[in-house]
Amino acid sequence: MNAKNWLNKLHQMHGGLHLEDHKAESLTRGLQQASLPPQLYLPLKQHIGETNKPLVRPGDRVLGGQLIAHSSSPISSPLHAPTSGRVREIAAHPVPHPSWQSDTCIVIDVDGEDEVLPGNPVDAQTLPVSELVERIHEAGIVGLGGASFPTSPKILRGNNQGIDTLIINGVECEPYITCDDILMRTYTDEVMNGISYLQRIINPASTLIGIEDNKPDAVKAMNEALSARHLNNTHIVVIPTIYPSGGEKQLIQILTGREIPKGKLAFDIGLFCQNVGTCAAISRALDRNQPLISRIVTLSGDGIRQPGNWEVRLGTPISHLIELAGGYLDNECRQHLVMGGPMMGFSLSGDQVPIVKASNNILITRQQAIPQAPGEHAECIRCSKCADVCPAQLLPQQLYWHARARAYDKTEEFNLFDCIECGCCSAVCPSEIPLVQYYRAAKSEIRAIQQAQFKSDRARIRFEFREKRLLLNKQSEQERRRLKREALKKRIPQTQNGDTEFDPVQAALARVKAKKQAQQEASAPKNTTNLSPAQLKQIEAADARRRAAREQRT
Amino acid sequence: MTSVPVSSPFFSPGSSLRRLMINVNIGLIPGTLAYAWFFGVGVIINILLAIIFALAYEAAILWLRKKPVMPHLTDYSAVVAAWLFALCLPMHSPWWLVAVGIGFTMIAGKHLYGGLGFNPFNPAMVGYVVLLISFPLEMTTWYLPVAISGESIGLVDSIAYSFGLADIRQWDALSSATPLDQFKTLSGQNISASEIRLSPVFGNFIAVGWEWIAGCWLIGGLWLLYSRTIKWQIPVAVLGSISICALVFYLYDPEKIASPLFHLFSGAIMLGAFFIATDPVTAATTDKGRIVYGVLIGLLVYVIRTWGGYPDGIAFAVLLANMCVPLIDYYTQPRVYGVDTDLSDDE
Repeated sequence: MNAKNWLNKLHQMHGGLHLEDHKAESLTRGLQQASLPPQLYLPLKQHIGETNKPLVRPGDRVLGGQLIAHSSSPISSPLHAPTSGRVREIAAHPVPHPSWQSDTCIVIDVDGEDEVLPGNPVDAQTLPVSELVERIHEAGIVGLGGASFPTSPKILRGNNQGIDTLIINGVECEPYITCDDILMRTYTDEVMNGISYLQRIINPASTLIGIEDNKPDAVKAMNEALSARHLNNTHIVVIPTIYPSGGEKQLIQILTGREIPKGKLAFDIGLFCQNVGTCAAISRALDRNQPLISRIVTLSGDGIRQPGNWEVRLGTPISHLIELAGGYLDNECRQHLVMGGPMMGFSLSGDQVPIVKASNNILITRQQAIPQAPGEHAECIRCSKCADVCPAQLLPQQLYWHARARAYDKTEEFNLFDCIECGCCSAVCPSEIPLVQYYRAAKSEIRAIQQAQFKSDRARIRFEFREKRLLLNKQSEQERRRLKREALKKRIPQTQNGDTEFDPVQAALARVKAKKQAQQEASAPKNTTNLSPAQLKQIEAADARRRAAREQRT
Repeated sequence: MTSVPVSSPFFSPGSSLRRLMINVNIGLIPGTLAYAWFFGVGVIINILLAIIFALAYEAAILWLRKKPVMPHLTDYSAVVAAWLFALCLPMHSPWWLVAVGIGFTMIAGKHLYGGLGFNPFNPAMVGYVVLLISFPLEMTTWYLPVAISGESIGLVDSIAYSFGLADIRQWDALSSATPLDQFKTLSGQNISASEIRLSPVFGNFIAVGWEWIAGCWLIGGLWLLYSRTIKWQIPVAVLGSISICALVFYLYDPEKIASPLFHLFSGAIMLGAFFIATDPVTAATTDKGRIVYGVLIGLLVYVIRTWGGYPDGIAFAVLLANMCVPLIDYYTQPRVYGVDTDLSDDE
C-alpha cells in the first residue's frame, strides 16, 4: 500500500467510547522540572521480565546514570541511579502495584549535587545496528506506554520477523493523561531522532505516527519537525478521538485495517509498535548517553491544586510531586490516588510509593471513585450495551455470566483472554456491574488453575514414566527368565533321548551327581595324573636325590 | 487510606438502570393517553392497580428472599412490567383479575427465576397469557371506542366496576369485538374484506381509535430509539417481517386478506415491537440475533392472527421467541477481534 492510502483511508475499530477527556486541566502550564526529593526509592523490578540484582551496597556513593542493578536474563532492563547520592539501604518499600504489595527498592539519600557519570555519546547514524540495540538495552529502556516491556528484546524479535510498518503511538487516548502530548510538544526533536534511529535499526518500508485529533499542538509540532528532516516514507496520521484507540491492537486496526490474529503478536503481521516516550528515551540514550533515569508524569484530577506535567527522576515519591503541585485539595483526596488513567489505572496504597518507569499519570480525585464491589451491584439485564462498545467485539454479558458462575471453560469459549481490560463495558453498564473486575478475577483464576494443572500434569507424567520404566524392567526380567527356561527345556529332553516322562527331580539329582563327580575330578591333583613314563622316571630320580640328601644330613 | 486495592475503571456511582426504565415509562405515556381518550379511563385504573399490586408483590418477595427492598423497588422495572401488563387487559377489568395476572407476572414470571435479569420469559406476557387461558370471558370483553358508541364509561363507574360495586352487564350494549377479532371472524365466514370494512369499527382509515393508539406507540417507540433506550434491530425486524408477510398474502388475494397497514395499525403490534419484544432481559442480545428474533416474532404474530386461534398473537409470539433466544444468541455471535484471520492459531 502506498502512502496516500494510509493518509486518506482510516479504518474503524469496533465499539469504543467518547469520554470527557479532562486533558485541558493539566495542559494550562508547560512541562515543569520536578526538584530532587531527599530520598529516591527505586524498585529493582520496573519492567516485565527477570528481576534485577543490586550492584551497590548500603553506604556506597553513586553518581547520576550509574548502573546500580541488572540481570543477565535477555528479558530484563538494567536500573541506573537517577542522581548522585549515597545508598541508604536495600529494603522492602511500598511500590506502585495493583495488589499494593511492597518490593525490594534501592533507597538513595540524594546529596543534591546531581553529579553525573561522564558518558561518551555515539553517532547513532554510523554505529552498527547491533551496537545501537546493545546501547538501548544498557540504557534501561522499556516501553513507556504503560506495559514496560524491555525495548531491546522487542527490537531483536522484530528484526528477526521482518517489519514492513513501524507504528509510533502518540495517541494517548485515556482521559486526564497528557504526558505524551507535552512530550511531543517539548521534546519534538528527541522523539523524531528516536524514530529515525528505530527506522535505522528495523528498516521498515513505512512509518506511521498516530496522534488523536484532540492534540492539535502536538500534531503541529510533530509535523514541523518531520518536514524539517528527511525520514523515509514517514507520515503523521491524525486519528479521531475515541477511547481506546491507543491500545496497540486498536491503533493497528485504525491505521492499517489489519487485525493481529488471535494468539499472535504484532511482529507476526510485520508491524512494530513503539510509544513516543520510548522514542525520546532512545534518542537520549544514543545522543547523550543518558540512561532512562527520568520521565514525564501528569498529575491530574479534581483533588490536586495545580494539575500539570512534571519531568521527574525515577524513584521520586508521589508525595513530593503532590507538594510541587500545590498539595491536595483536601485531606480526603490523599486516599483517592490512582496510577494511570481512570479507565485502566490502579489504586495506590498511599503517596509514599515512588514514580517508576511505567508511571505516566497520577490521578487524584475528591470523590472516592470506586466501582461497586462484586455482588453489590444490580443484576445484568442483558441490554448488551457492553457488546456494542467492546473494541475486541466480545460478548461481555456472556463472559460475565460465565465468569460469575466460575464456568471457566465457557469463558474461554467466549474468548476471555482477548479482553484488553479497557473498561468500556463497565463504563456503559446500566446496572454498574464491575465487569472488568470479574474478568480479571476469572483470568487470574484460570492462570492459577493452568499452573496447578501444569504442575500436576508434570508430576503425573513423571509418575507414569516411572511406572512404565518399572514395568518394562519387570517385563524384561520375566522375558529373560522365560527364555532361559525355554532354553533349559530344549536342552534336557536331548539328554533324556526323547523320553517324554521327564522327572525334573531325577534330572536335578543327576545333574548334582554329575557336578560332584566333576568337582572331585577337578579337585584331584592335575599335574601328576596321566604322566608319561619319562616324567615318572624323572620324579623317581628327584625323590631319590631328596632321600639321599636327607640321609647325608642325619 | 482505602482499605483494599480496587481496580479500574474508576467512576462515581449513579444508576442508569433506573434512567433506562424511566425512559420506557416516558415512552408509554402518549399511547396510554390516546388509549384513555378513545376508550375511557378504565385503562388508567388498570395501570394504577397493576402498578400498586406489582410493587406490593415485589416488596413482599424481596423481603422473603432477604434482598434489599428499596433499591429494587426504585429501579422502576416493576412499574414497566405492570404498565405493559395492564395495557394488554381489556379496558374494564375487575381488581382480582389484575391482582392474579400481575401476581403471575411478578412471582412466576420474574422472581421464581431469580428476579430481574434472570427470567427467560417476558414477565408481563406470562401474566397476560395465564389470564387469557384461565379467564377467557373476562379477557375478551372489549368495548367500542367512545367515538362510535358516543357514550363513555366514566371514572366513577369504572372504579365501581373494578371493585365489584357495579354490574358490568349494564354496559353490554357497548361491548364489541376488537377490529382484529371481527376481521378474523367475518373473513372466516367467507365475507369479503370490502364488506367487512363496512362495519363502523373500521372507520375511514384502518380501525377507529386503534390507528391513533398505534401511532402513539410508534411515537413512544421513536423516543426510545432517540434516547438510545433500545436499538433499532428488534422493532424494525418485527414490523418489517409482519409487513412483508401481510403484503405477500394481501397481493395474492386483496379481497380476503387483511392489508399490511391493517396489521400494523389495528392491534398491539406497535406496542409489541417497540416495548414488549425489546425487553432486554428476554430478547436476543447480539445485533444479528435481534434481527432473527424480531423476524421470528413478526412471522409468528402473522401466523397466529391469520391461522391461529387468537385474534392477536403478540404474547404467544414473544414467549415462543423467548424460548429460542439461547439458540439464536449462540449462533449469532460476532467475530471476535483477531479470530478467523488468515494467521490465527485456532479456528
